[in-house]
Amino acid sequence: MTAVSPGRAVSAAGSRRQLPRLIAHQFRADLRCFARNTQSRFFTLLLPVLFLVIFGSVFRNADVEVPGGSINESVYYVPGIIAFGLISAAFSNVAVTVVRTREAGIYKRRRATPLPASAVIAGRALVGVLTAVALTAALLVIGWAAYGASIPVRTAPAFALDVIAAAVVFCCLGFAVAPLIGNVDAAVPVTLAIVLPLSFISGIFIPAGELPGWLVNIGAVFPVRPLATALLAAYNPHTTGPGLRWGDLAILAAWGAAGLTFATLRFSWVPRGEGD
Amino acid sequence: MSCRLAGAAAMRAAQTQTSPVLDGGGQGGVAIQVRGLRKRYGDVEAVRGIDLTVRTGEIFAFLGPNGAGKTTTVEMLEGYRHRDAGEVSVLGSDPADPRPGWRARIGVVLQECQPEAELTVEECIRLYAGYYPRPRPVAATLELVGLADRRAARCGRLSGGQRRRLDVALALIGDPELVFLDEPTTGFDPAARQSAWEVIAGLRDLGKTIFLTTHYMEEAERLADRIAVIAGGRIVAEGTTATLGGRDAAASIVRFTLPPGMPAADLPPVLAAARAGGPGGTVEARATSPLPLLGALAAWAQARHVDLPDLQVIRPALEDIYLQLTREAR
Repeated sequence: MTAVSPGRAVSAAGSRRQLPRLIAHQFRADLRCFARNTQSRFFTLLLPVLFLVIFGSVFRNADVEVPGGSINESVYYVPGIIAFGLISAAFSNVAVTVVRTREAGIYKRRRATPLPASAVIAGRALVGVLTAVALTAALLVIGWAAYGASIPVRTAPAFALDVIAAAVVFCCLGFAVAPLIGNVDAAVPVTLAIVLPLSFISGIFIPAGELPGWLVNIGAVFPVRPLATALLAAYNPHTTGPGLRWGDLAILAAWGAAGLTFATLRFSWVPRGEGD
Repeated sequence: MSCRLAGAAAMRAAQTQTSPVLDGGGQGGVAIQVRGLRKRYGDVEAVRGIDLTVRTGEIFAFLGPNGAGKTTTVEMLEGYRHRDAGEVSVLGSDPADPRPGWRARIGVVLQECQPEAELTVEECIRLYAGYYPRPRPVAATLELVGLADRRAARCGRLSGGQRRRLDVALALIGDPELVFLDEPTTGFDPAARQSAWEVIAGLRDLGKTIFLTTHYMEEAERLADRIAVIAGGRIVAEGTTATLGGRDAAASIVRFTLPPGMPAADLPPVLAAARAGGPGGTVEARATSPLPLLGALAAWAQARHVDLPDLQVIRPALEDIYLQLTREAR
C-alpha cells in the first residue's frame, strides 16, 4: 500500500501534464480520419467550393445593394459561401462525425481507456476548427482569383476574428446537436435540414435585400445571419473603420455558450438505447 | 512450449510481487469481488442480487442465455452502468468511482464495437497505445492476435473475425491486468472461433485475469478455470467444468447394443431398470457410479461368450447441464 500510493499520486499528476500530449495525439488521428473519409471530403470541403463557383459564375453581372453602396453579386457571394463553408466544417461535420463515432461504439471503447473525456472532445473540436479555417482560406483565395473579391486591409483583423470565433461557436453547436440525432442515417439529413433553410433566410444563397423583411428578421435570431453580415462587412469596400460588428459577435457568442452548455449536459458516450 | 509456460509463470510471479494486496493482486488473489449486485430497468429487474468472486490469473466464464443479465453485469463491472444495490470491487476499486490509474489496468472488449474505419490496423493500435502510460509493444500485440499480416489494412475492410481480433488487440495494448471479453466469438464460423480461443488461451499464459461472458458452453468448457451460470438475473450454478451444476455427482450413461438373439430380459438384475429397445437393440443404463454395473455386465457377457463392441460410458455433457440449469430458471 505505502509502496503504491506515491506511484498513484505521480500518475494522477502525470495525467494532467499529459493532457496536451493526449489532445495532440487524438487530434492527429481524428484529422487523418477526416482526410480519408469520402463523405467528409465531399460535404465539408467540396460542396462549399462548388457552391462558390456556381453562385459566383451564375450571377456575375448584377449588383447587390449592401450597407453604404453596392457591390458585384459574385463578390457578394464570397463571404456568404465562406460562412456556409465554416458552418459545414465546424457544425455539420462535427455533428455527423460525433454521431457516427458514438453509434459505432468508438466513444464507448475510448471511455474504457485512461484517455480523459476532455482529450476526446478537444481532439475532434480542433479538427472542426482547423478544417473550418483552412476551408475559409481556400474559399478566400478562390473568391479573390475568380471574382476579384478582396478584403480591405483595415477590416482584415475583424475578418480573422469573425472566422475564428465562428469556427469555435459552430463547433460547440455541432457537439450540441449530436445528442439529438439518434442514428447515423439521420445525421447528414438533419444537419442539412438545419443549415440549408437558415442559409436561405440569412442572405447566403439569396441576397438579404431580395428577401421579405420578416424572414430576414427571423434569420437574425439564429447564428447564421450574424456570421454572414459580419463577414460581408469585412468584404464590403464601403465599410468604414475596422468592420467589427460586436452585436453580431455577441449573438454568435451567446449561441456558442448555449451550445456548449447543452453539449456538456447531454453528451453521450454510448450508442443510442444503451444508456443507464 | 515449456519455455513459454516458464515465461508465463515468471510473469505471474512478478505480478504477485508488484501488485498490492488491496488491489487484489497479492496473497488474497481476488481480482473481482461482487456481493448482492442488483440492477433494475423500469419494471424489469435485470440483475437480482448476484455474488461473484474472480481470482487473479484465472479465466472466469460468465455464462448465460441472451437476456439473462450478462452484459448488464459486465458493464457494471467495467464502470459503464450504475448499480442499484450491492458491493463491487474490481482490482480494488469501485468501478462507479475508480481510483486514478484504474482504467489503465483493465482492458475491455465490448460486445458490439466498430473500429476507426479510416485508420489502418497499425494506426488504430498506435492510437490506443498512446492513451496508456505503459503500453505493450505494437508489433508483438499484432503478432499475438494474428493480425501482423493485416497491419496496413484499413480497419473498415477487415472481416468480422479480424475485427474481433483487433478488438482484443485494442483491449490488450495498455497491458492490463484484467481483461473483460463480452461474447468475443458470437457470430464466428468454427475456424474463426477456434483461432479466437487460441488467442484467449494465450492471454492466460501472459498472466492476465480474464472475465469472459459467453452463451456458448463449449467456449466456457474449452477456456475457463471456473464458470458461473446466470439465468433470469440470478447465478444458478458456479463451479469448475468438472463440478458445475453437480456434474461430478450426476449419473453417467452406460450404453451398448444387445448381441443378436439376446433378449433384454436375460440381462443381469442390476441392469433390470435399463432402457432397452432403442434403435438396433440399444440398451441405456444410468448410474451415478457406473463401475458395479460395468462389472456385472462384463461377467454376464463373458459367461455367454459374447462381446459388446460398442460399449460406451458417457459422462453428462456440460451442454446438457447448462440447458437444464437455464431451463429451470425460466
